[in-house]
Parts: sequence; structure tokens; C-alpha cells
Amino acid sequence: MLVLENIHTHYGKIEALHGVSVEIQKGEIVSLIGANGAGKTTLLMTVCGDPQASSGRVLFKGEDITHKPTAQIMRSGIAIVPEGRRVFPGLTVEENLHMGGFFTSKQEIRKSQDHVFELFPRLKERRNQRAGTMSGGEQQMLAIGRALMTKPEMIILDEPSLGLAPLIIKQIFEIISTLRDDGITVFLVEQNAKQALKLADRGYVLETGRIRLEDSGANLLANEDVQKAYLGG
Amino acid sequence: MHDVMYFLQQLINGLTVGSAYALIAIGYTMVYGIIGMINFAHGEIYMIGAYVSLIVITGLAVTSPAWIPLVLLVALICAIIVSSSMGWAVERIAYRPVRGQHRLIPLISAIGMSIFLQNYVHLAQGSRNIGFPLLIEGGISLGGGEDGTFQANLSYMQLTIFIVTLICMTGLSLFISRSKTGRACRAVSQDLKMSSLLGIDTNRIITATFVIGASLAAVAGLLLGMYYGSIDPLFGFIAGLKAFTAAVLGGIGSIPGAMLGGLVLGVAESFTSGYLSSEYKDVVSFGLLILILLFRPTGLLGKPEVEKI
Repeated sequence: MLVLENIHTHYGKIEALHGVSVEIQKGEIVSLIGANGAGKTTLLMTVCGDPQASSGRVLFKGEDITHKPTAQIMRSGIAIVPEGRRVFPGLTVEENLHMGGFFTSKQEIRKSQDHVFELFPRLKERRNQRAGTMSGGEQQMLAIGRALMTKPEMIILDEPSLGLAPLIIKQIFEIISTLRDDGITVFLVEQNAKQALKLADRGYVLETGRIRLEDSGANLLANEDVQKAYLGG
Repeated sequence: MHDVMYFLQQLINGLTVGSAYALIAIGYTMVYGIIGMINFAHGEIYMIGAYVSLIVITGLAVTSPAWIPLVLLVALICAIIVSSSMGWAVERIAYRPVRGQHRLIPLISAIGMSIFLQNYVHLAQGSRNIGFPLLIEGGISLGGGEDGTFQANLSYMQLTIFIVTLICMTGLSLFISRSKTGRACRAVSQDLKMSSLLGIDTNRIITATFVIGASLAAVAGLLLGMYYGSIDPLFGFIAGLKAFTAAVLGGIGSIPGAMLGGLVLGVAESFTSGYLSSEYKDVVSFGLLILILLFRPTGLLGKPEVEKI
């Protein structure tokens, strides 16, 4: 579904990714773990074309999207739940969802919205509330709901558990596994490596802009180096 | 009775000018809200709106003695078309290529555009004052006037300015709150990058704000040009600064703020002219700007949303 081939990405003159290759099959949950500053978010944003890779190729469904504008990439079946959620604080829950489905038709928006409300009854209760006044967990649900509005084939989640209470984190991870059951491919970036690897079919470990390890989620969980570096063991 | 009528007259004058300021201020505030730059060429867009409507009115009056409301409507539409194309072109030529650069660069580009447009009109139309015929004459007396006391009047021109402004503001509010593009304008102004991550063509939304702002400025150009009775190529300079002040006063980035800021500024100016001296009115406006920047930089209505983590 998504293939990254030898990606180099720069911020100005600084190279953040030094030749990263990742492959994600349809229907998989793939987790990318790594320390702060390893380049996880950069990798995800390179998929979205913001910033664009300075060399290497990004293929989505076999099509080269490396140099396409962000808006066009996001219309081709990829949706993102960005780091820090980035819901529109001044818009209501419903308006946020409508922005998620901006380029689809009215009927599709209504259908997707019903689906999101089924998944998150909490959002339905708060449909007319401004997103900025909601709790972090609710905002995270909204961010996921907003990403689902386009019926994406692949969803990218950047640190969905960041700053949330343990109970809510558990809920968020449950939702992510239901996404796979719905046939959505999931690309998950997490600092919460244990949870992320438990859930994942496969995982990658990113270290200072390079892929260090690549294996099934279970194997990575059992890997001694991974345990030492990321699982506090 | 004298004092009350005099007060009422100043209030009416102030609200008239203030509502036109508000129309112009919308353009500043919407553009700032979305891309965080002050479009200093906006006053010139307004001036061009005034020129275009004058040219159309003159042309129509010469060729055929037409029905006045129709003449005004045609002038208004032409002014809107020309000004909004100008707004669109200015964004494309002067701002888009430098977007994302250091903040000063688009600002300098905007000032350059302002100078260019001013001088272009100087060349094309001459630099002297041109009289703007008052096509809406007459008015309503609101009382007073007996025994030589002050008589307050509401002229039909003023009434027209109120009504047109009210229509524009209502239309804009509905557009921003209800329509799909309006919702996208708000979303883009809150988080441009996220909007593009949702597949929204942010360039189109940015263009839309320039076009909307320029159209409202064109409306103000026709109204104030006629109200003041004469225009010149510098007509947009002071008005632009005033409207910018109004936008900051109300809270830059906030549309209701721009509306309120315009009215407050207009009334403040009119009371200064009425009770002190008209020479002081600019002092008061820009004094207000300094005060608001010192003591309440977010403006009257520009409250940043409390974000929870």
C-alpha cells in the first residue's frame, strides 16, 4: 500500500532522514517507534508531502506521490491524525468533522459523520461544542473522527496517546484496533512503544534518521535492545 | 435640547463613517487572520473601487439620464468586479511568491504594491481631486431647529451607507458561519497546515479572503467617495490606515472585532471633530491605536481561545 524508498528529508540544510525505507501492506498496523528527535514525525510528514523528500520515492497504491502537493496527497486516500491533535479550536465538533470531509459530497459527509458518532458517542453528545473547550481525550477522538471522514484507506497516527490519561490511552488503542477490523491500514507512531508494538503486525525502530530494526511487533517486543532502549527494561 | 440634537448628529456622522471603516477593516482582519500579514495595499483597493464607481457613474450619466438606483447598482457591481480582480492579482503577484518567508518580506511587498497602485492611479487619472456627484440627496430631520437651535439630520446618503453596510455585514456573517467556503476560511485561519493535511486547497481559500475583502472595500469606496464628495489617488491611504486601526482596535483576525472597531473609531473621530476640533481627529484615532497596542494588544474582541492539553 505505502512504500518509502531510501528517503532523505531536509529541513533547510539539516538532513533529518538519512535514507529511510519502509513498506506497509494493505490491512496492516505498522508501528514506528523511536526516541524524541529520531525523525518519526518528519517521516510521517514526508509521506504527506510537507516537507517533501529531497531524494528517494514515496509510493502510495503504486503511484509516485513524492512531489505532489499536500492537499492532493491527502485526497488520494491517506488521512492523518497529527501530533498534538490539531483540531480547529474555534470550530464546533460537527464543523471539525465537516472540514475532515471537505472534498466529499454532502451525503457522504452525513454518512461518515453517523459512522464517527457511532464510534465515538461522546462526540455526538458534544456535537455543538467548540473543540477548543473539550478535554484532551475528547479532542483526540475528534481528531481521529475527523481523519475518518474521508473514508481513508490508510490512516497515519502521530503520537495519539501523548498527554492523555492511561484509561483514555487504552480506549484510543482499542479504537485503533477496530480501524484495522474495518479494513483500514494503520501507520502508527508512538513513544508509548509497548502498547504500540503489542498492537502492531510489524514495527520499525527509527534512530537518528535511520531505520535500526524491522520485525514483527511481537519479536520487537521480545528484542533485548528494544527493551533496553524503549521499554524501560 | 440643543445639546441632545448636537450629540445625536455627531453620533450619526460617526456611525456613518465608522460603518464604512468597518467594511474596509474586514479585509485587513480576514487576510491577517489567515496568513498573518497586513495587506497594506488594501487601502488602494478601496481607492480603486471609488474611482471605478465614479467612472461608471460619470459614463452612464453622460450617455443616458438613467434611473439613479440602477446607475448606483451598476457602478457598485463594476467596482466590486474591478477591485476584487485587483485583490486577486495583488495576492498572486506580490504575496504568494513570498509566502512562508520572513514576515517582513510580504510586508515590504505590500507597501510596494500600495505605492505602485497609488502611482498607477496618479498616472491614469491625474493627481488632482475629482468631484464625486452626490446622487442620493435629501434627508430626514430628527428634530430641533426651532428658535435657531441645532437641527439634527439623517441624510438619505447616510441612511444608504447604514443599510448597505448592514446588508454586507449580514451577508458576510452568514457566509462565514454557514457556507462551506466560509467554514474553510475559519478552519484555515485557525490552522493552515492542518487544513492542507485535510486535503483542502488552502491557496484557493486564501484567494477567496482577498477577493471578499476587496469586494467589501469596493463597496466602501463607492459609499465614502460619494459621502465625502471628492476623491484623489491618496484617498485610500488615510482611510486604509484608519481601517487598519479599526481592525487592531477590535482585535485583528476577528471579524466581529473589525465591525465593532470601525464603529468605535468612527464615533470617536466624529465626537472629536464635533466637540474639540476636526484637526484632532487623526490624533485621537492613532492615539487610540497606540493605547490599544500598549494596554490590550489583542484588541476589544480578539481573545485567544483557551486551549486545553
